[in-house]
Amino acid sequence: MEEAPPVDQNLLEPLRKTTWRFYALIAALAAVVGWGAYAYSWQVRDGLSVTGLSDRVSWGLYISNLVFFIGISYGGTLISGILRLTHAEWRRPITRLAETTTVMALLVAAVFPLLDLGRPDRAMNILLYRRIESPIIWDFLGIFTYLAGALLYLYIPLIPDLGIVRREVRAGRLRGLLYRILGGRWTGTRLQKRSLERSIALVAVVIIPVAISVHTVLSWIFAMTLRSGWHSAILGPYFVAGAIFSGIAVVIIAMAIFRRVYHLEKYLTIRHFRNLGALLLVLDLVVIYFTLSEYLTAAYGAESQDLLWLKALVTGPYASLFWLMLVGGFIFPAILLAVRRTVTGIVLAAVLVSVAMWLERFLIVVPTMMAPQMGSTWNFYAPTWVEWSITAAGVAGFALACAVFSKLFPIVSMWETSEGAAPAGEPKGTEEEVPA
Amino acid sequence: MADSEQQAEQAYDRSRRRFIKGAIALVGAAGTATLFSGEILRILDVPLTDVRAMSPQDRSWVMLIDLDKCNGCGKCTVGCTEAHFVPFGQQWIKVYEVQDEFGHRYFLPKPCMQCENAPCLKVCPVGATFQRKDGVVLVDHTRCIGCRYCMAACPYDARSFNWTEPPHTPEELAHAYSPDAPWPHRQGVVEKCMFCAHNTEHGELPACVKACTEEMGNGAIYFGDLREDTVSNGVETIPFAKTLRDRGGFRLKEELGTAPRVWYLPPRKG
Repeated sequence: MEEAPPVDQNLLEPLRKTTWRFYALIAALAAVVGWGAYAYSWQVRDGLSVTGLSDRVSWGLYISNLVFFIGISYGGTLISGILRLTHAEWRRPITRLAETTTVMALLVAAVFPLLDLGRPDRAMNILLYRRIESPIIWDFLGIFTYLAGALLYLYIPLIPDLGIVRREVRAGRLRGLLYRILGGRWTGTRLQKRSLERSIALVAVVIIPVAISVHTVLSWIFAMTLRSGWHSAILGPYFVAGAIFSGIAVVIIAMAIFRRVYHLEKYLTIRHFRNLGALLLVLDLVVIYFTLSEYLTAAYGAESQDLLWLKALVTGPYASLFWLMLVGGFIFPAILLAVRRTVTGIVLAAVLVSVAMWLERFLIVVPTMMAPQMGSTWNFYAPTWVEWSITAAGVAGFALACAVFSKLFPIVSMWETSEGAAPAGEPKGTEEEVPA
Repeated sequence: MADSEQQAEQAYDRSRRRFIKGAIALVGAAGTATLFSGEILRILDVPLTDVRAMSPQDRSWVMLIDLDKCNGCGKCTVGCTEAHFVPFGQQWIKVYEVQDEFGHRYFLPKPCMQCENAPCLKVCPVGATFQRKDGVVLVDHTRCIGCRYCMAACPYDARSFNWTEPPHTPEELAHAYSPDAPWPHRQGVVEKCMFCAHNTEHGELPACVKACTEEMGNGAIYFGDLREDTVSNGVETIPFAKTLRDRGGFRLKEELGTAPRVWYLPPRKG
């Protein structure tokens, strides 16, 4: 074994001690997930009739959640992929956290299409009879390729940390076994380090196009139909931009929570919030630009079907949500991010953006189906308690998975952080820790 | 020191090569298995319904609805619902009341358009929706997974979903299911008009045509074979292409390029 850098004990603290407050949090989140499972049992018994869906609005919350969770999975891809490739040194303490949100969001997202199936017992038909002509199959392949890549991308940089954890943390039998199995034969030789760096670089290159393709083919599920509001060439890039946007917002929120709970102020500094806040602002402007392009071209051309769909958005039953999203979730956070560059200001903007991006997904899926395509009767959709419960369970499940992961593995990449701090090349993050 | 490092490097190289070879073999095997999964399923004796084979090849069904004759009585819907035990809440042929920009009101019965270039068929991930050689688009309810993508894709709102287990009657349950006569109905799958594919093969007219002619005496709905260029409402048989030309026949949403098999004659009366 070569020179081992001093181990930062602070980062191992969460793996050693667990407070009663944490157990309470886990219990609360698990209860919400359990409630969602109970709601789903209703759906198993009575079919999708327990939802607010109908023959005319046949997709609703479940599909919106699928799009939303795939979207927030982009945080990890952006930070670990793009920032790693561009050698943005400040990324080091947040890569692990971002990759964790990616994997957990994907795992939650993958459940929602199953929940939406009328015949979940026949889900295997997707493999048995797959028609590559169907965008659903593109999605199926895309999501699982992305999930495999994201898991690799979370796992590979975890290996050196597992060595540290094995040495430093006294774990029980089961956890010890987990660390041993996952840790492999890592001893930190030069050879191993070299192949580690190479593997990370390779996955970083591969994961970016995979991620972009996933949200693009997800948008194509909608864009390949002939419906106003969906059948649009801009939908792919619009989905991708929105995904990066919401992904960064979720990473900022996760950063704020972990910083507070695990006392990581030394690692997750105002600099990280400001840099991610700046990225969030850029993506906010991009999303506003796409939104304007999409709606203005439809409104100006004024095809009758396009106008019906726009009417559903702008003055229809969901108009308040639409304006809330646009003003409260896109425009206001942009102003906030530009003028209040404090942790509180940035986190507040991130929360607003997350909510707005969920609304945006909902407003893409539902109003298009509300506008009549035959006859002139408007179709309405009000989600039921079953759908809301399962949605809440999705959010809680995501938080639960991240929380449990942070108890098993260091949520700040130890070897990457110490490596970034040691051989200089860049000033340490601590120097800029001036509260704004 | 340098020696052992060199050895380690060689060992590393060997294990890397082994891994890459193994990975390629695995991916290759998985790829081959996927390519030949149909054959594998056949060898393993997993039943694969091939309903496409049962369709008559020398037919090309079309429907012609004369809006001038339709009085909106809805007998077509009732006849269809009774003949096929259509689950409550669904209308496989639905009658819309339409008002044109001059205030003239007329009725528009709408079955499934049986599009030649069917958007629903394109998007189905499992091939549950398929097109027979006579042009009829059917749904295999033993294969449908209920993703409802076809409903999102259909520009004509022709499809319905069994949101819960449909109520059954003994008569309905006694019938042997087939995609061209799709009952008993079941939960969690998508249903629609199937152009009475089970009747037309035997020279019978669809249920809606019969109801319109026999019960109402209207005869607004005609049905026939494009290759014979004639359509019939059960009482009179008229030339198809010529009638379309003379009366200004049209299809719904022609601009979408779906090429429906259902044609309309515009209403004349004011």
